Amino acid sequence: MKPRVIFVIASFVALALYPLVAAGFGIDLITKVMIFAIVALSLELLVGGTGLVCFGQAAFFGIGSYVAVLLSPQDGPASVAWLLPAAMLAAAGYAMAVGALSLRTRGVYFIMVTLAFAQMAYYVVHDTPLGGGTDGIYLMMKPVLGERIDLDRPIILYFFTLFALILVFGFLSLLQRSRFGRALAGIRVNEQRMRATGFETYPYKLAAFTISGAIAGLGGFLFAVKDGFVNPELMSWHFSGSVLIMVILGGIGHLRGALIGAFAFALLQELFQSEAIFGAFAKHWHLGLGLAIIASVAALPNGLVGLPGQIRDRLMGRSSRRAQIEGMRG
Amino acid sequence: MSRSAIESSGASSHPRESGPLLRGQEITRRWGGLVAVNQVSLEIARGSVHAVIGTNGAGKSTLVNILSGELAPTSGRVELMGQDVTGWSQPRRARAGLGRSYQRNTIYPSFSVLENCRLAAQASTPKPWAWWQDADRCAQSIAAAHKAADRAGLALVLDREAGLLSHGQKRQLEIAMCLATAPQVLLLDEPLAGMGAEETERMLALLVELKAQHGILLIEHDMDAVFRVADCITVMVNGSVIASGAPDFVRQSPEVQVAYLGEQDLEQI
Amino acid sequence: MSLTTFLIQCLNSLQYGLLLFLVASGLTLIFGIMGVINLAHGSFYMIGAYMAFALSPIVAATLGGGFFSVLVAGVLLAILLGYVLEWIFYSYLYEREHLQQVLMTYGLILVFEELRSLLVGDDVHGVQAPEILSGTLPLGDLMTYPVYRIFISAVCMVLALGMYLVFTRTRLGMMIRAGSANREMVQSLGIDIQFLYRVVFAAGVALAAFAGMVAAPVSSVYPGMGGSVLIICFVVVVIGGIGSIRGALLAALLIGFVDTFGKVVLPQAAGVLVYVLMAVILLWKPDGLFKAG
Repeated sequence: MKPRVIFVIASFVALALYPLVAAGFGIDLITKVMIFAIVALSLELLVGGTGLVCFGQAAFFGIGSYVAVLLSPQDGPASVAWLLPAAMLAAAGYAMAVGALSLRTRGVYFIMVTLAFAQMAYYVVHDTPLGGGTDGIYLMMKPVLGERIDLDRPIILYFFTLFALILVFGFLSLLQRSRFGRALAGIRVNEQRMRATGFETYPYKLAAFTISGAIAGLGGFLFAVKDGFVNPELMSWHFSGSVLIMVILGGIGHLRGALIGAFAFALLQELFQSEAIFGAFAKHWHLGLGLAIIASVAALPNGLVGLPGQIRDRLMGRSSRRAQIEGMRG
Repeated sequence: MSRSAIESSGASSHPRESGPLLRGQEITRRWGGLVAVNQVSLEIARGSVHAVIGTNGAGKSTLVNILSGELAPTSGRVELMGQDVTGWSQPRRARAGLGRSYQRNTIYPSFSVLENCRLAAQASTPKPWAWWQDADRCAQSIAAAHKAADRAGLALVLDREAGLLSHGQKRQLEIAMCLATAPQVLLLDEPLAGMGAEETERMLALLVELKAQHGILLIEHDMDAVFRVADCITVMVNGSVIASGAPDFVRQSPEVQVAYLGEQDLEQI
Repeated sequence: MSLTTFLIQCLNSLQYGLLLFLVASGLTLIFGIMGVINLAHGSFYMIGAYMAFALSPIVAATLGGGFFSVLVAGVLLAILLGYVLEWIFYSYLYEREHLQQVLMTYGLILVFEELRSLLVGDDVHGVQAPEILSGTLPLGDLMTYPVYRIFISAVCMVLALGMYLVFTRTRLGMMIRAGSANREMVQSLGIDIQFLYRVVFAAGVALAAFAGMVAAPVSSVYPGMGGSVLIICFVVVVIGGIGSIRGALLAALLIGFVDTFGKVVLPQAAGVLVYVLMAVILLWKPDGLFKAG
C-alpha cells in the first residue's frame, strides 16, 4: 500500500481514537478543525482539481449554516435527513448561480468576481432582516437523525463530523480517478488543449463549482449545529482567505493536503493566539499569522505535503524542476 | 452535431467524398483598423498536405485559429466535410473531426504519455462526463490512446511522464493527442518547431504516413520540409494570399520570389 | 424626489465615484503593468485615512501646518512606503502565479492591520475638514451642499486629468503604456524596467493613500475600511476591464451612481445593488466594458 494511503487511514484512525484521551474542549476544537477540513477539501476540488482559484468559499459555507438554522423549527428538533440535504442544496444552488456568471471570466477576473459574489451574500445576511443582521440567529434545537443520533451531544456530533469527513474524502478520491475528475485535471493543466480535443469545458467547471459549493454547505451545516449560532461573520471574506490558505499550506493537488492544511492552519492560529507564548502580544495574532502565510507561500511551493520531497531534493541536490513535477503527481 | 451525423455518409472508407474535407471561403478577420486575414480561401482534401507559409505576422496563426474555431472571422465561411461550421465552437468542431496541434506544446506534463492520449480521446467516447466510471477502466478511450500513440511512434514510451520526454517526442505526443480524437482533418501548427535533423526526418515520415488517411493543413517555416511534403502551398503576406498552388508553381511565381522566397537561398530548394 | 435632492445625490455619486476611481486606478495600473494582483491595495487606502488622523497633531506640532500640510506629508510618506514595499516585497511577486500573489498579499493585509492596531489602535475616528473648506454652498431655497465634498470631486478630477496628461504627453507615460503592452520589448530598448515598476507602484500606493486621506473627513476612519474599499475596487476593475484606466473611470462613476441612488431608493438592498450591477454586466460583457486600455 502506498505511503500516502497509509497516512490517510492512520489519520482517520487517530481521529476516531482521539475522544478517548480528550476533554470537552478538545472534542469541540477537533470537531471544528474537521469541519474546516471538509471546507478545505471542497476548495481543493476547485483549486487543485480544476485550477479555479475561488475566493468566495465562505458564502457557500455560510449559506449552509444559515439555511440549517432558518429551516429548523422552533419547537422541536429537525431531522438531519432533510435538513442536511436542504442546506447542501441551498449552498449548491448559490454556487451554481455564482459559477454560471463567474466562469464566464478568466484568471484574475475570476478570483475577483468570486470574492465579490461572496461579499454580496454577506451583505444579504448582514443588512437584511432575513439574516437576523449582525446579531445573528440562534439554533434553538439541534437536529437529530432517527431515534438515537442526537447532534446536541458533542461526542455524537464529533463522530458524525468524522464520518462526513471520511465520506467527503472518499467521494473526492473516487471523483479524482473517474473520467470526470481526469477531465477536470486536464482543464487545470491546459484548458485550451481540452477544448481542442472536443471537451466543452464550461459545463465541467460549472459542475465542479456546484459540487464544491454543496460540500462547503455540508461544512456550514455542521458548524451551525456545533455552535448553535450563526452570524454574518461566517461569510466574511477573511474566512474565504483562510480556507484558501489551508489548501495552499497543505499542498495543492493532493486531497490529503486539504486535511493537513486545515490542521496546520488551526495549529498556527492556536499558536499565535497563545498567551502562554506571546503574552499580551497574543491579541495581535493576525500579525504572526500574516507573516507565517507569506513565509509558507514563499518557501513551500508544494505545501506541507511537498515538504519531505523538497527536503530530499535539497539533500540530494536535484534540480527544483524535477521536484515540482513530482509534487504535481497524484 | 456529433461526429456520427457527419460520418454516416462515409463510415471508415469514405466512399462518398466528393468535396474537400475542410474549406475556408473568403475568410477575413479585422482587428479595428488592422486586417489580419484578408479574403483567404483554401481547401484541404483527403490524402493531401496543404501547406501555408509566410513571414511572421502574415496572418497564418490567425487563419488557423479561425479554421479551428478559437476565433470568429469578421466575414467568411468555414466548411467541414460539407457542413457550415462557421458558428461552431472549437470543441464541437473537434468532435466533428477537426483536430489541431499547437506550435507550443500543449501536452500535460505530469501525466503519462498514455494518459495524455487517453484524455484527449475521452471527449470522443460516449458519455465522457460519467463521473462514476474509473478512468483507467474506460476501454474505449484507452484503446483509442494506444492506437494514436502507436501511429505517432510513441509505443515504447507509453508509461513515461510526458514532461520528461525529449523535445522531439513531445512534438510527436502533440500530434498523437490530435490523432486520439480520430479526426478527418489535421491542422498542424509548426510541428517541426525546434527539432533537430533526425527528429525532423521522423516527423516528416509520420506526416507522409498520416496524409494517406487524413487531410492536413500544415503551417511551417522549414521550407525544405514544406517543399518535400506538401501537395499544395499557399503563400500569405500581410494577411493576403499572394500565390497558391502546386509547389513548382509557387516556387516559380514571381510574386512569391519577390516577397518571400527571395530572402531564402533558392539553391537549397 | 425633488430636484434639489436629486442634484445632491448626483453630486454625492460623483464624489464617491471619483474617489473610487482614484483607488481603483492604482489597482488596475499595478495589475495591468506589473501583472500583480494586490489584495493589500485596500490597506493603502486605510493607511492614508489613518495617516490623516494620526499625522495632524504631529504636523501641527512640528511644522505648524494644518490639513494641507498633512496631505503633503502623507503623500510623501505613501510614496516612500510604496517605493520600499516594491523593493523588498512586491518585486518578488512578478514571476509568481496569481494564487501565490493573492495569498502573499492577503498575508500582507493581516500584517498591515495588526501594525495599525499596534501603532494607532482599533478605535473609530473622525477627521475634521480644514476651516476654509468646511462651509456649505446653497442649493435652491432650502438645501445646502458641503464645500468639502465639492473639493474632493475637484481634486479627484484634477488628478484624473493629471494622470491622463502624464500617460499621453510625457515620456514616462509612454514608457508605462509600452511596458504594459510588451514587457520584454521595453526592456530590450534599454529602459530600466525595475525603476519603472517601482515608480508605478509608488504612484499606485500614493493614489490610494491620498484617496483615503481626502475621504477621511466625510467617511469615518475604522479598522475594516481597507477590506470594504478593496472589494468594491475589484468590482470597478471587473466592470471596467482590467488594465483600462478609461474603464475604471466609467465603472467607478457607474458604481458611484448605482450605490448612492440605491441607498436612497432601496435602502435595504443598498449593499447588494453594486454586485447585482456587476452580475448584469458579466452577463453582457464578461471581459469588462473596455479590455486592456
